[in-house]
Amino acid sequence: MTIKEINTGLNEKKFSCAEITQEYLDRIEIKNRELNSFITISKERALEEAKQLDANKDFSHPLAGVPMALKDVVCTQGIKTTDGSKMLENFIPPYNAVVADRLKNAGTVLLGKTNTDEFTMGSSNETSYFGPVKNPHNPDYVPGGSSGGSAAAVAAHLATFSIGTDTGGSIRQPASFCGVVGLKVTYGRVPRYGVLSYASSFDTVGPITQTVEDAAIVLNTIAGPSEKDSTTPAVHMPDYTQFLKTDLKGVKVGVPKEFFAQGVDPSVIKVAENAIETLRQLGAELVEINLPMTEYAIPTYYILVKSEASSNMSRYDGIKYGHATDHAKELEEVYLKSRAEGFGDEVKRAIMLGTYALSAGYYDAYYLKAAKVRNLIKQEYEAVFQKCDVMIGPVSPIPPFKIGEKIDDPISMYLADTLSVPMNLAGICGLALPAGKSENGLPIGIQLMANQFKEENLFHVGHAFEQANA
Amino acid sequence: MLTKDDVQKIAHLARLQLTDLEIEKFAMQLNGILEYAEKLKEVNTDHVEPISQVTGLENQNQADQIDICKTHLILLSKRLNPCIKT
Repeated sequence: MTIKEINTGLNEKKFSCAEITQEYLDRIEIKNRELNSFITISKERALEEAKQLDANKDFSHPLAGVPMALKDVVCTQGIKTTDGSKMLENFIPPYNAVVADRLKNAGTVLLGKTNTDEFTMGSSNETSYFGPVKNPHNPDYVPGGSSGGSAAAVAAHLATFSIGTDTGGSIRQPASFCGVVGLKVTYGRVPRYGVLSYASSFDTVGPITQTVEDAAIVLNTIAGPSEKDSTTPAVHMPDYTQFLKTDLKGVKVGVPKEFFAQGVDPSVIKVAENAIETLRQLGAELVEINLPMTEYAIPTYYILVKSEASSNMSRYDGIKYGHATDHAKELEEVYLKSRAEGFGDEVKRAIMLGTYALSAGYYDAYYLKAAKVRNLIKQEYEAVFQKCDVMIGPVSPIPPFKIGEKIDDPISMYLADTLSVPMNLAGICGLALPAGKSENGLPIGIQLMANQFKEENLFHVGHAFEQANA
Repeated sequence: MLTKDDVQKIAHLARLQLTDLEIEKFAMQLNGILEYAEKLKEVNTDHVEPISQVTGLENQNQADQIDICKTHLILLSKRLNPCIKT
């Protein structure tokens, strides 16, 4: 059921919040053993919250009574928040993230915390300390990552919606692989306070839902400035549900030819081309776009993100919180061993690469160079949105792949992010939507992209496409 | 080209203890990634400013008021016990 169906059902007294919550918990109990999409299931607390909501009898907020899941990077007071890492295996946050508070105040019911690549570093959910998540459409395949648990949970109806994070595609790519809707917001549209950091100038928080309308409903609740996050500007926030139209007359849709270049799988291109044709039939005007900097996005992204990550990971020192070694005889050993024991391979790789790129003598060649190229990429996107309202392209250059296929080849895994990282480099927003199937019957999504703080354009075009494609 | 000694040095800078096997593996993988990053040399960045944020942020000011911290006791309870064994 969608958010709207559940909220309407509660208001019409077709079922109680406790009943619907119990139904989701039962389904999680059966399905999660196979899918591994939850790290923590907060069963008792969810039922308690649901009963309280039933007693209050107020389901006026569009999200009231809706059972949902949070990616295990969103701090929840009193509920374990692991970030998919041994480092935080037993970490219980003392406070809620802003997004967790906003959803709680709206009356949602938290079912549990969903699996993620370790510290959100990954594109397949295989780097999680708690084991890989399976794709609900075929358990031999990855669900994408890093918000793989969040996307799989929504796809398998283990939660009405979920919250994910997107640093370089981590909401959009798993949404595409699992056949659900995933929104990467403009940098700063949703507060990051209380959401564990990966790369602070890239990280965004957004919803994974079954429909575009649901994504607009969730964004209405979680977006907007917070005094706890100084990177959330007071840019006007419309009621996003007002933009769910089905007519695209007068809408200019850009088609970046670099997103259909060599290296993009033919099955992925075919799905995107069909989607473009659908938009044209709905009245959109197609505009050819050039984004020649696209080929530099991956090296730019990985240098900058791993640099920021190496700095963010330095807080895990075995002293303040997190895993602490039992085998140290002096202070330096506490650091060396706690971090060696607590972090997995991908995180260690990130810390090493970032430390190197930021070290004296190499800073200019790597970090500074990449920070300049980032400026050029950002300028390219600014110019493009003078010519169109949204752009369309694939989310991932490849369809869902098998578990184990890429895990030992970091570069090939990084290249899977080619078409999703530019949006994070430029800070713009993107929406992944189900659009077709691969030869193996696995979902393939398309990506709509809009300028900074123009999420309403994504909802307009996304909703029109979804209705036409249904 | 990173040598195993370089990798060992970076690991120490980052306070990560690595096994010999890890040093060998990371040397190979990091060299692969850095080689790929060489691609950025193709881009002319003369007269381009580096950026570290993208939404045109400016300093945000808040009233200088003391707020009651409701979580300090929980925060203190989170601290780890001294873990150095003598």
